[in-house]
Amino acid sequence: MTREPPIPGTVIFDGAQAMKGYALNKMCYSFNRRENRAAFLADPEAYMDRHGLDERQKQAVRDLSVPDLLAAGGGIHYLAKLTGMFGLTMQDLGARQTGMSVEAFREKLRRAGD
Amino acid sequence: MARIVGGIATSHVPAAAGAIAREQTDDPYWKPFFDAYPPARAWLAEVQPDLAIVLYNDHGLNFFLDTLPTFAVGAAPAYHNADEGWGIPVIPPFKGDPNVSWHLIERLIDEEFDLATCQEMVVDHGFTVPMQLLWPDHSHAGVSCVPVCVNALRHPLPSPRRCFKLGRALGRAVASYPDDRKVVVIGTGGLSHQLDGARAGFINPEFDRLCLDKIVDDPDDLLDLSIHDLVRLAGAQGVEFILWLAMRGALSGRVTRRHVAYHVPASNTAAGLLVLDHDP
Repeated sequence: MTREPPIPGTVIFDGAQAMKGYALNKMCYSFNRRENRAAFLADPEAYMDRHGLDERQKQAVRDLSVPDLLAAGGGIHYLAKLTGMFGLTMQDLGARQTGMSVEAFREKLRRAGD
Repeated sequence: MARIVGGIATSHVPAAAGAIAREQTDDPYWKPFFDAYPPARAWLAEVQPDLAIVLYNDHGLNFFLDTLPTFAVGAAPAYHNADEGWGIPVIPPFKGDPNVSWHLIERLIDEEFDLATCQEMVVDHGFTVPMQLLWPDHSHAGVSCVPVCVNALRHPLPSPRRCFKLGRALGRAVASYPDDRKVVVIGTGGLSHQLDGARAGFINPEFDRLCLDKIVDDPDDLLDLSIHDLVRLAGAQGVEFILWLAMRGALSGRVTRRHVAYHVPASNTAAGLLVLDHDP
């Protein structure tokens, strides 16, 4: 949908992504409520089934793979509600997306200020 | 008569709320970030605003993709915070001023900003973190709020120029409110940061410093930027700079910079703070 040249390493969360990721994002949005987080953690497969995730989305959730979750249409602010349940911070997510260790990713951020 | 006494732009880094809750604001990591705020609080103590118009973006608390407005204005007697799902503590509610809200809504729609209006609205870290930084320990009792939520999450997003014009219209709407109010306009978010993709961790101090400089005296120079330019130069979430431009748009009189601070990193973000006096 975007006519602009792509920006390397960047997924524009637009209508096309939002269409693809609707079920996944809707499930993540439900995690704003504590009881829904508990229901997911008690039986993730049943919870994903109830929200109509496709197999690709389910596998990305099982793997907690941020690149796969983004490719499956996830929006990062919704995904944070999923990964937060597993104690992952934004630096953990950054490390997982850039193939760096968490310490190396933090150091990269620190160095950006030099 | 209502008048705008000034504007503040600040990052809304959610991890700062965690640092406040865990009393880590003096830790070596966080201290340079939090040390930026006392001058902003001193300015607020000096100008004594009784109304804050807070231009921010929701991150999936009040709005989901089922119904996602580009611009939404709160018209509630109170604005509650709520669980965002990943652990920042819920804080007490903020007081609204529905009479002012409806005046602003009427005037903005008169000026062809076709808004969503919210008689109930929960506010997330985009709203609450700046309020905590500017009025610590819930010391905002004398200040009512009007939240103005701008979509900065799912593209297409409103352009920098459109957001600046929204600010201009807000400024005119405030100036036409018949009762006395001293208004501070707050824009939240930014500066450069990117949370998603292989470019996660992207920060651009050179562009941030240009923005911090230009927005004071030459905001027009920033209005030809497209959203795509902002993503490229400031990162996928650095587009939140549109909220700063909306704030700046509301100040159409003489503007004087009272305080500026810039610190990298606060969590994944280049943190900026700007305080502007406004003489209408």
